[in-house]
Amino acid sequence: MAERNTEAIPTVIADNVDIVYRVNGTGSGKGSATAALNRILRREKAEKAAGVRRVHAVKKVSFVAYKGEAIGLIGTNGSGKSTLLKAVAGLLPVEHGKIYTNGQPSLLGVNAALMNDLTGERNVWLGGLAMGMSREQVRERYQGIVDFSGINDKGDFITLPMRTYSSGMAARLRFSIAAAKDHDVLLIDEALATGDRAFQKRSEERIRELRERAGTVFLVSHNNKSIRDTCERVLWLERGVLRMDGPTEEVLEAYEAFTGGADKPAKKA
Amino acid sequence: MKRTVRKRAADSDPDARTPTPRAKAADVSQVLHTPPPAPAQAEDDLAALAARHGLSVSGARPSLREYVRQLWARRHFISAFATAKLTAQYSEAKLGQVWQVATPLLNAAVYYFIFGILLGTSRGVSDYIPFLVTGVFVWTFTQNSIMSGTRAISGNLGLVRALHFPRAALPVSFALQQLQQLLFSMAALVVILLCFGVVPGVSWVLAFPVLLLQFVFNAGVSMVMARMGAKTPDIAQLMPFILRTWMYVSGVMWSIDSTLKHSNMPHVVKVLLESNPAAVYIDLMRFALIDSFKAHQLPHHVWAYALGWALLAGVGGFIYFWKAEETYGRG
Repeated sequence: MAERNTEAIPTVIADNVDIVYRVNGTGSGKGSATAALNRILRREKAEKAAGVRRVHAVKKVSFVAYKGEAIGLIGTNGSGKSTLLKAVAGLLPVEHGKIYTNGQPSLLGVNAALMNDLTGERNVWLGGLAMGMSREQVRERYQGIVDFSGINDKGDFITLPMRTYSSGMAARLRFSIAAAKDHDVLLIDEALATGDRAFQKRSEERIRELRERAGTVFLVSHNNKSIRDTCERVLWLERGVLRMDGPTEEVLEAYEAFTGGADKPAKKA
Repeated sequence: MKRTVRKRAADSDPDARTPTPRAKAADVSQVLHTPPPAPAQAEDDLAALAARHGLSVSGARPSLREYVRQLWARRHFISAFATAKLTAQYSEAKLGQVWQVATPLLNAAVYYFIFGILLGTSRGVSDYIPFLVTGVFVWTFTQNSIMSGTRAISGNLGLVRALHFPRAALPVSFALQQLQQLLFSMAALVVILLCFGVVPGVSWVLAFPVLLLQFVFNAGVSMVMARMGAKTPDIAQLMPFILRTWMYVSGVMWSIDSTLKHSNMPHVVKVLLESNPAAVYIDLMRFALIDSFKAHQLPHHVWAYALGWALLAGVGGFIYFWKAEETYGRG
C-alpha cells in the first residue's frame, strides 16, 4: 500500500473549482406565477428579478488525490462536502475550473436503482447491472453479496420483497450491493453509519479492501472516528472554501478545536 | 501504515476529549472566521499534471460512437430494468400479473361500449371488434411509451444523480417495458380474434416487423420527449392533451380509409391523415391480423412510411438525446 516511491499517480485533480447552484422559484415577492412567466420569457437576463437565486456552494477548491489514498472530507453541515463529491463524480457541473479524473469515479450507492416491490434477489441483480457489472460478474458475486449483507442469517429473506425488510436490513443489502463492484475512484457519502456494530465493522473492512484494490477513496462523514479509522488524509471544507488539507490527525485536531472539542468517546457496546 | 495512523489517533485523543456543552457546538456556524485561503497551486501546474498522467475531464459527453458502445454494454441493465418495472407494477394487487392482460381487455371493453354501441362508429367496418381492439392496443403502446419517456429523466433524477450510465438507457428501457406490456395485450388480442372468427393466416407473421418498427419509432420519440421533459418538466402536464388529440386523428376507433372515401377533404388533409405514423402502424397491424382488412384499405407506400418514420424518429431522437447527455440530472 505504501509504495508511493518515485512519482505518485494522481487519480483526481481539482483545479480551482467553483460550483454554483441555481434555485428556481424562490421568488422574492408576490405572485410566483408571474415570476415563472418572467423567467421563461427573459431567461438569462434577469435571473435575480425572476426569483432565481444563486448559491455559491464550492469556492476555488484545488487538490490532487493520488492512487492508494483514502481521503476524508469534513466540515460543518452545508459546507459543500457532498456537492464537491458529486462534482468529482461528474454528476454536477462546475462553474469555473476543471476536475480531471482517472477512470470513472463513482458514488457508493445504488439505492435509486432498487425497487421496494421486488425481492432482494432481483434487486441484487438490478443493482449490479445498474452499476455496470456484466451478468457473469453479478452471477459470480451474487452469493458473496448475500452473505456479506447477512440478510439470510435469520432465515430466507432474500426471496422476499424488499418492502418487507427492516430499515437496517435494507440498508445492509444496499451497501453490500454497492460495495460489490471494484471502482477506480470511490466516493462515499456517510455510508458507514448503517447497520449494527458488527456490520459497521465489516463495512469498514470492505472499504479498506476496496481502496487497496481500486485506487482512491473519498469519505464524507461527520463521524470523526470512522474518518480516523479509514483515512490518512483529510480535506476540511468550510463555507465552500478548502480550509485545510493535510494528515488526518493534524486536520482533525484543528477541526475539533473549531467545532468545540472532540467527539464523545464511542460507546463500547 | 494503517495501524500507525490509528495508534496515533488513539494517543492524541484524550487531550482533545474535553467535554463539550451542546449549545456551544450549535452556534459554531455563527462564529466562523473567514477561512484562510487554501494552499492554491498554480493553474498551469494542475492542468499539466492532469495531461501528463492522461486524466480526463469529469462529466464530459462521450463521442457518439462511444455512446452507442456504452449503451450496448448496458443492454442487460436496460432489459432488467424494464422487466423489473413491469413486474413491480402489480405486485401489490391480489390478482398480481393477471392485470397485465385484464387491463387492456377492460380498456377495449370501454371503447367498444362507447364507440361501438353508443356512437355506432362501427358502420361500414367489418369485424369491428377486432378492428377496434387492435387499434386500441397498438395505440396504447405508442401513447404509454411517449408518456413514460417524457418522465424518463425528470421522474428518475435520483437514479440519474447517483449512477453513471448512458442516460438513453432510461427512455429505451421504458419503451421496452411498454413493448413487453404490449406482448401481453397481444396474447389477449389473439384470443379475442379467434373468438370473433378471424382465421389465423400467414400474414400474422407480419406483426413482428410492424412491432419492431413501431418500437424503434416509439423509443425515438421517447428520447426526444425525455430531453424536453428533462429541461421543462411542465411538458408532462401538456402531453395527455396532445396525445388524446393524436389518438382521435389516428383512426383508432374509426376507419380512415372508409371515411376518406365518402368525404371530399382537401388532398393535403388526406395525405397528412394517411402518413400519420400512429395510423400507419395501426393499419399495418390490422392488415397483418384481420383477414377482412384488405391490402387496398392501406394507404400507398405504407411500408415505406413505416420504415421511414422508424428511422427518422429512432436515429434523430437518439442523436437529439445524446446532444444533451451531460446536462441530465443537473442544476
